[in-house]
Formats: sequence, C-alpha cells, structure tokens
Amino acid sequence: MSTVLDRPTTTPTKGGGPRPGTPEKKRWGLTIVGTIVALVFLAPYLVMLGGAFKSRQEILRVPPDYLPENPQPGNFLSMWGTPETPLPDNLLSTVVISLGGTALALVAALPAAYYTARHSFRLKLPFMLLVLITQMLQPTVLASGLFREFVELEINDTWLAMILVNAAFNLSFAVWIMHSFFATVPKEIEEAAWLDGCSRGQSLRRIMLPLVWPGIVTAVIFTFIACWNEFAASLILLPTDTNQPLTVALTRFIGQYESAWQYVFAVSIIGILPVVALFALIEKHLVSGLTAGGVK
Amino acid sequence: MASARNTALRRQARRQTTLQALPWLAPALILIGGVVIFPVGYMIYTSFRDLSRFGTDRGWAGFENYARVFGLNHLSTVLTNTIIWTVGVVVMTVLVSLVLAQFLNKRFPGRKILRMVIIVPWAASVVMTSTVFVYGLDPFYGIINKFLVDVGILDEPYGFLKNATSGFYSAAAVAVFVSVPFTTFVVLAGLQTVPHDVLEAASIDGAGRFQTYWQVVFPMLRPALAVAAIINIINVFNSLPILKTMTGAIPGYDADTTTTLMFKIIQNDRQIDTASALSVVNFVVIIVVIGIYLRVVRPMREVSA
Repeated sequence: MSTVLDRPTTTPTKGGGPRPGTPEKKRWGLTIVGTIVALVFLAPYLVMLGGAFKSRQEILRVPPDYLPENPQPGNFLSMWGTPETPLPDNLLSTVVISLGGTALALVAALPAAYYTARHSFRLKLPFMLLVLITQMLQPTVLASGLFREFVELEINDTWLAMILVNAAFNLSFAVWIMHSFFATVPKEIEEAAWLDGCSRGQSLRRIMLPLVWPGIVTAVIFTFIACWNEFAASLILLPTDTNQPLTVALTRFIGQYESAWQYVFAVSIIGILPVVALFALIEKHLVSGLTAGGVK
Repeated sequence: MASARNTALRRQARRQTTLQALPWLAPALILIGGVVIFPVGYMIYTSFRDLSRFGTDRGWAGFENYARVFGLNHLSTVLTNTIIWTVGVVVMTVLVSLVLAQFLNKRFPGRKILRMVIIVPWAASVVMTSTVFVYGLDPFYGIINKFLVDVGILDEPYGFLKNATSGFYSAAAVAVFVSVPFTTFVVLAGLQTVPHDVLEAASIDGAGRFQTYWQVVFPMLRPALAVAAIINIINVFNSLPILKTMTGAIPGYDADTTTTLMFKIIQNDRQIDTASALSVVNFVVIIVVIGIYLRVVRPMREVSA
C-alpha cells in the first residue's frame, strides 16, 4: 500500500498548461513575461498619468522628461476653468447622456429580454435577428441619416438626441445578455411561485430578479460605458460646445499651434478611471454577450 | 370541415400570441424603428436629394451624389487605404491575440492581475487613448519618440504623424492595440472549450506541442476566431476616432478611409447629400459582412423558436 503511495508521480502533464506539478521556477518565469506584457498595455495610460501632473512649460519641453519634475496636482482643479472648453458642462453632458441612455436602453430591453426567454411566438426569431443586426451596426455609418432626422424633429444639438442614439445602439447587447440570463432560470421555479400564490409581479421581483441580477448589472454597466465613451455621433449631432461630452471636448485642448496636453491628460484620467473600475466588474460576462452566444 | 376549423383556430391562437408579445417588445421595437431603421431609410432618401450647405432640400438629384462620390480624385487612394486598414488591422489583431490568449490560458502567479490590466485599453475611451499617441509621437516633446531614441531603435526623433504614410501606419498600430483586448478574451473563451482529455490523448499519441496546437487546438478555435474576426472587421471599418485624432490634421486625403472621408464631407464640406451617398455604400459593405457573419457563425443557434 505505502509503496504505491510513495512512488514519485511522473504522469506526463503536457498540453493543458502548467498544472500543480509544474516547477515553481517556470511559473515565476511566466510572471516575468506577464509583467512585461502588462507594462506594454499600461504604457499609454502611465504616460497619461505622468502628463496630467506636468506643468504647461514642462510638458512642451524639448527633449521631454519621463516623469514630472515638479508634480502639479493643481491641473485637476484649473482644468475646469480654461478658455478652450466649458469642462463642467462637458462632464455634465457626459453624465446626463450616459445615465439617460442607460436608463432608456434598460427600460426597452428588460421586457423584451424576459418575454423572448419565456415565451415562443411566431415572430421571435425575426425579432432576435433584428436585435442582432442592430448590435453590429454603429451610429458612425448612419451619422448623416441621424443628423437629418434630428434636424427635422428639431432635437438636433440636444442631450435627448444622444440619449436616443446611445439607447438604440446599445439596446441589443442589453437584450442579448439579459435574455441569456432569463433563459437559464427554469420555468418550473416561476410556476412553483405562482402555485404558492405569488402574483406574476411578485414572482418576477422575488424569484426572477435575484437570479438574473448579474445579467442586469452587466447590461447596465456595459451600456453606461459605451455611452460614456461615444464619440462619432456626438461629433456630428452636438455642435454647441456646452452640449458636448468629454470625448469631443477633449479634442478642443489640442490646437494647431498650441496644445494644453496637461489638461488633455487630466481630463482623460478622470474620464477613464471610473469606467475601467466598472468594466472590471463585468468582464466575465462580456464575451458571451458581445458574441451573442457565438462562442461558449 | 373540422380540420379547416382547427387550422382557423390555430391561426387565431398564433395571431394572439404575437399580439400578446407586442406590449413586451414594443419599447425595443419603437427605439430600433425610430433610431436605427428610420435613419437608414432617410439616409438612402437623402442620397438621392440635392441639399444646400444649410440643409435646404432642392429636390431630386438622381444618382448625382453617387456620381460625385465615385468621381472624387482621391477615391482610389481612400479605397486602397480602407482595405489595408481593415484587413491589416484585423489580421494583426488576431495574430497578437492568438499568442496572448495562449499565454493567459497558462497558470502563473499574477495571471488575474494581467487579465485586469489588459482590460484597460478596451474600457478606456478610444479618443483618449489615441491622444496619448498624438502627444507621444511628436518629434519635439513626444515621450515615445524619446524612448525609441533612448533604447536605440531610432537615431533621432521622427515626426510619425507629420506625413500621411507614417501617420496612417501609426494609427493602424494604435487600432491593433485597442482591438487586441476584446479579441484576446474571445479567443480565451474559445480555448476554454478545448477539453482536457483531447489534449491528453494528443500527448499520449506522441504529438509535439506545435503539432497539438495546429492539429487539435487551432481547429477547435475556429468558431471563436470567426466571431472575433467579423466583429473586428465591422468595428475597424467603422473606426473614426483614431484616424481623426492622429492624422486628421494632415492636409489631403492620403490617410483617409471611407469612414473618415465621410466625416470630412459632413464636417468640412457640409455636403450631407454626398456624405449620405458614401454612407449608403459603407452601409452596404457592413450589411454584406453581417450576412457573412450570420451564415458562417450562426450566432443564434441557441435561441429556440
């Protein structure tokens, strides 16, 4: 008995990547490679962070320094009152458009996702196909049509226009991801709740909601980030500087002759940090939602 | 007679289920109808109208707008650029992502942190990421230029974004950089569908590492690669912010794709009618790619009717 146990384990562990049997040394070697890869992916954002703390003179110095010599955290305060762009308005635009777009997308997507996951009807496949095709379209290619439509409706250059655009083009992701979560909840659970005297609304709130919550959170966060980062449609549909979101306003700091790079980077830092934090929360659900189940 | 009545009843029941579905789908349908389908139609309509610079409709234009698009002197350059841009960026993105996903599929300390780091360019605004490169590649105060000189790759700083050719390829490199994270995660999801016992069987049969990869793993990655490639083709073809920020200041059209050209026609020339004609052409290209996607990937196979 003990002889069997004492025998050194020499089963080949090729193929599926290092398993517990792999020597520690090799795994730490991978960590070193991983650190280099991480630095490559972070490099632009480190340049951004350093630049946000440089003074105007220092960021235009020839040759440049890698790190700020005399860090200027004051850039994060003074950027709100520069002549280039009304930054407080731009932040407000980004926040209002993102919240409005997300709310509208959710209100439209939630009932559709629930119903298509629970019931079969003749037009279900055509509907899901329509949703899928919308997911692959982008406002970029429809910019001139959207512009003409909103001019006719007299809502061009308003937050409402961008709320509608963002909600419509992100609706499909929200429908897909929530549909897939609703579909995993067995019908029997819901029916059991009805038998126990729950109303349809009660069973939705008490039984379904907790089970599909991760799907709703993923839909909300992803839509919010997509609205937050939107650029092409805002560029065409929002000509007035006070209506423009951060992504469009940012380009105003870059002039043909003089650029306020320290502000470009300070604005970018506050534009990027919140969405990266949110994105990390939903990363594991994204692939299945974005590929509509094309990859399992 | 009985069967005829049955059919009628069944048809009525069917119509009822569709009617019952309607309130649940209505908000989504109204949004898609009003903000996606209607603008497509309006864009096609506009492409056959004659609009003034201030948007006044001066009547039917026939194919004049299309003739103007196809008569542009720089059109052949722009079309060539569009093909190089789309194919080049997508091929490079897929190659880098295949290697990176293979790496992330291994177990090592810090793997989770690396996954989080790779997310950053995916989550971050593409305009914001591109502006760092506009600054970094400046020949005078650019940090990337300084780094390339310091490590000995360049003898002296180079004005990457001062001419159309090098500006275009620099922008393409940035496009690869921002497309790699999504693609890597899709490939990684594909790698996780490769069963362990298949890999073990291959190694027992004496297959080497490369042989295992090419003959066992790679064929199983095909669905993931098809999805990643097609979604990337659409995104890269539609991409505006990278070229707009990096080469937008270069005069002329030597660094333009059909998408950036369309935006220049809207913003600089204020010709919404001509821009619509070009958009319709772009739209047809995208619809063809979507058609290929639906045929090849069949993404909806899990949706039961």
